[in-house]
Amino acid sequence: MNGLATTREKVEAGLRRRRRTERVFRLTGILATTVGVLFLGVFFADLIGKGSSAFFQTFIQLDVEFSEDILGPGSTVDLEYADFDGLARSALRRAFPEVTSRGERRELNRLVSVGAGYQLRDMLVADPALLGARRSVWVPASSTVDMFMKGNIDPALDEALRPLSDPQIGWIKGLQDRGRIAKHFNRALFTNGDSREPELAGIRGALMGSFYMLVVTVLLAFPIGVAAAIYLEEFAPRSRWSDLIEVNINNLAAVPSIVFGLLGLAVFINWAALPRSAPLVGGLVLSLLTLPVIIIASRAAIKAVPPSIREAALGIGASQMQVVFHHVMPLAMPGMLTGTIIGMSRALGESAPLLMIGMVAFIVDVPGGFSDPATALPVQIYLWADSPERAFAERTSAAIMVLLGFLLLMNLTAVIVRKRMERKW
Amino acid sequence: MQSTTLILLLAAIAVSAFYLGRSRSLALVGGPRKGSALHSLPGYYGYFTAIWCLLPALAAMLIWISLEARIIVAIVISGLPDAQQALSAGELDLLVNNIRNLAAGDVVSGALDSVLSDAAIRLQELTSISRNMLTVLTLGLAVVGGVVAWLRIKPDFRARNRVEHIVLIALIVASSIAIFTTIGIVLSVLFEAIRFFREVPVAEFLFGLNWSPQTAIRSDQVGSSGSFGAVPLFTGTLLITGIAMAVAVPVGLMTAIYLAEYSTSRVRGLAKPLLEVLAGIPTVVYGFFAALTVAPWVRRAGETMGFEVASESALAAGLVMGIMIIPLVSSLADDAINAVPAAMRDGALGLGSTRSETMIRVILPAALPGIVGGILLAVSRAIGETMIVVMAAGLAANLTANPFEAVTTVTVQIVTLLVGDQEFDSAKTLAAFALGLMLFVVTLLLNVVGLNVVRKYREQYE
Amino acid sequence: MTMAIMTETETTENRTSATAQVDLPDEKRDPPATIATELGATVGNVRCENPFVVAENIDVYYGDNHAIKNVTLEIGKSEVIALIGPSGCGKSTFLRCLNRMNDSIESARVTGKITLDGQDIYGKGLDPVALRARVGMVFQKPNPFPKSIYDNVAYGPRIHGLATDRAELDDIVHRSLERAGLLKEVKDRMDEPGTGLSGGQQQRLCIARTIAVDPEVILMDEPCSALDPIATARIEDLIDELSEDYAIVIVTHSMQQAARVSRRVAYFHLGLLVEVDETDKIFTNPQHRLTEDYITGRIG
Repeated sequence: MNGLATTREKVEAGLRRRRRTERVFRLTGILATTVGVLFLGVFFADLIGKGSSAFFQTFIQLDVEFSEDILGPGSTVDLEYADFDGLARSALRRAFPEVTSRGERRELNRLVSVGAGYQLRDMLVADPALLGARRSVWVPASSTVDMFMKGNIDPALDEALRPLSDPQIGWIKGLQDRGRIAKHFNRALFTNGDSREPELAGIRGALMGSFYMLVVTVLLAFPIGVAAAIYLEEFAPRSRWSDLIEVNINNLAAVPSIVFGLLGLAVFINWAALPRSAPLVGGLVLSLLTLPVIIIASRAAIKAVPPSIREAALGIGASQMQVVFHHVMPLAMPGMLTGTIIGMSRALGESAPLLMIGMVAFIVDVPGGFSDPATALPVQIYLWADSPERAFAERTSAAIMVLLGFLLLMNLTAVIVRKRMERKW
Repeated sequence: MQSTTLILLLAAIAVSAFYLGRSRSLALVGGPRKGSALHSLPGYYGYFTAIWCLLPALAAMLIWISLEARIIVAIVISGLPDAQQALSAGELDLLVNNIRNLAAGDVVSGALDSVLSDAAIRLQELTSISRNMLTVLTLGLAVVGGVVAWLRIKPDFRARNRVEHIVLIALIVASSIAIFTTIGIVLSVLFEAIRFFREVPVAEFLFGLNWSPQTAIRSDQVGSSGSFGAVPLFTGTLLITGIAMAVAVPVGLMTAIYLAEYSTSRVRGLAKPLLEVLAGIPTVVYGFFAALTVAPWVRRAGETMGFEVASESALAAGLVMGIMIIPLVSSLADDAINAVPAAMRDGALGLGSTRSETMIRVILPAALPGIVGGILLAVSRAIGETMIVVMAAGLAANLTANPFEAVTTVTVQIVTLLVGDQEFDSAKTLAAFALGLMLFVVTLLLNVVGLNVVRKYREQYE
Repeated sequence: MTMAIMTETETTENRTSATAQVDLPDEKRDPPATIATELGATVGNVRCENPFVVAENIDVYYGDNHAIKNVTLEIGKSEVIALIGPSGCGKSTFLRCLNRMNDSIESARVTGKITLDGQDIYGKGLDPVALRARVGMVFQKPNPFPKSIYDNVAYGPRIHGLATDRAELDDIVHRSLERAGLLKEVKDRMDEPGTGLSGGQQQRLCIARTIAVDPEVILMDEPCSALDPIATARIEDLIDELSEDYAIVIVTHSMQQAARVSRRVAYFHLGLLVEVDETDKIFTNPQHRLTEDYITGRIG
């Protein structure tokens, strides 16, 4: 052991430096891991901070008289064209009799959303006996009032710089004193389609659009994906062709989603003349997009079925097709389902290809079928994010929370399916 | 008849065909007890009949529906007065649209005249005739197909082999859809891109420094045919991708290293699902966050340090995109690190390496091919990412390397060129497909190389 | 001090001895008086003349699994000691305690005291890094790094800063390869990857890599189990040569190998150190029933 002492000395001499390097390296690792986690924290805090207020909405209580004089001066009430807004206006005027000048009245009227008229009309349609009666009704306040009530408009600001004038703030205070203005759960967010008025805009249209698209996607992508996986794993001879398919699927999984949008635009809309903005086309594009995901997951699930099961079934004289459909597929089903759910959750969050096929239009009506013009939840988020109004920013965050909620639900389902039905070999 | 009703009816016929075929097979050999005299199980005779009932009918239905609209429109147009038939293609399209809307009972743009309403009535008539013919054709084929198959049933008829053969063909078709998708992508972008390059030379597109497609709408005007030099888009894409990778690669790699080598299993069990959450957030949400939270923050931070920062800076988009890509890099790096045999690690530790020395000098060099392959895939992801840049990067085609300025990317331009109303033949729209072609080719190359490197690397240690 | 021989009064009835006896019902009735059958304390002599590594009352737990039970063993300077025993008996675990390789297993816990040349290796003063420079290790499967042959051997000296210049490093590498008996074979291809060598050469490369750090003890965890007989013979010769300068602890499955290379043998059974003694004595006159069963091939 010649030079032992010097070797030990040399090792000891370097130890301090090496320990320091080790600490720095480890700390860098901790920092890096924290970056991702920290971002998640900031992101969710920001999202909830911005969006949670959108689930509540300011309403104003008005004593509305369903007066025939306003609705149908002269003769009968035409529900299409009757002045329901006038009902709300006159109710407001009664609440603030001191407001007399034309200009001030106009300002007063702006406290109430244009949705008030629709609400009153719907009430009358539901119950024609209301005509001539007087009811106390909570109607939506305008979005500026809503923003003020949520503390997003600073009354200390110069009057010219804020969207509410001094008298308007005075009236809101007056309503507050009388308990006639309050925040209620924002049902409109879940029952309405899109609207130019933030207080009337809802995500129902987008949700239904997404729903129809996912129905198309799952109906196409699941059977085709599973069939393709079965063929590639169980039947395909090792040949150039199956290698090509294999490489192809792996590459398709990594092709940017917007390219699928170009395909959809060129093939489905321009060539096959399918309608623009339709969930049918969106679903077709999304099924092509999720197909690779499902195929890859299904193949993994089929691979995990031990060969002994196949051999046992083949050994008692089952045909290869019977082996696959009677034995392999049931055993691989949990994996296939998990893969499909993951694929669907990816499809639900996808927006870029939908922009290409015209699903970005401003659509008020809630779609009722596969070929009605529609948008999707992520695209609705994109559209609202573009709107300058503060009230839309709040709704965007709320819509994101709903979207993330659905994604979470789907992923949890996938986890549960995997846990519940998983077999260990 | 509604197509859903038709399909339901078809399904009902197929189900009864199944039972008819099944019972015929049994009847031929003299009852269920003699089933063993059949070549196949009775059910296969049922499937055989049902398949032949459905296949021709569905095929006919699909062909009919895909051709129906065009033929009807052609007939309607040919029935229009000469004045209308002489219209240009674009105007004719508009007219047909109006006729369609009128027939559907929607609001019509332009004046209502008798020509229009006559055509609409004709359209309605033809549509209903076509629907009726479709119903008759489909149901007829279903019955004929079923009967022919039913008649073919004999005790020694190899029904199982027939059915399995058809199923196999269906499986092959399903697996070929991936190929058709790729061919579809290539053809659709290539075809339109070639039309674009007929108007704009390839060299100008690839090497031109000026991108302003907006003026191209008025191509009839002299000297304002728009300029399609895509270099600013490429540099913008590269700038943002560069920023994103500068965030994602070190952070993702160090995260993978920390989780693989240092963290306790508790921390790992907590951090990995959180990273998966990060990977599961839709890109539009990242875009919203980039545009409304990070961009103002970057701007304020830049201004306190004395930089001029555009409100839509490349930095904000790049940073957020980087964070989005962290989970991708870290999971691919994790795979690569875990593929290195534990014996390497033991060997290094046994010689007295510290963990960091083991990692840096032994494991990372061994895992390098896998990591590089993963990074290529991440770059491809960054280049193709759309929503974040659409929402946070802006439209200004600046030729700059300054991360505080606004830049635009290939994907942003594709979206801007194609969203909104425009005629499909203008150079402006076609340019989007040329950009799409570039995007597809570049990402395809990165993916092929990346996937190959990763696969080869895995095989090396298997 | 000599270790107490097991007496009949120590009745730590143990499932292990019971199973061992169930396997051999015919001999259950009447063991010879000199043979110990109970499990508890170690039979034979755990001490040695010139102790260099001393393990006292070592227990190792992997989570709830008690892998090593109260093991005491001394290892002398420049001796070869072989650890034998059936699979899963804890001999590798014990080996890995000696250079703290168990540290990297999260659930592992070691109690007791191990000293190296009088210094507590689990004490605060000793960095496992410095410890492993002094207690080198050769593994079951040859594990050269995916680097050149030269870089493989130079790796240890480089990280520990043992060479100040290239000439010194070259010298260390050459000397180590020489000692490992590999120099002649690889002299002309030092830049080729170490993974390109044959299995036996790879293992000798790993030994060269270990001795390049100039350790005091070399731990060998079944170093020949992945090699063919000819390569095994070369490694065994090498161990013999190295035993002049290093204390060598070798885990082996092969009793012949233990008999060929070691001066002392320690027999492990289900986490217990059953018997330790001179090699000759163990193989000719074992003192414990389990040892006898193992070397005669009835367990294992």
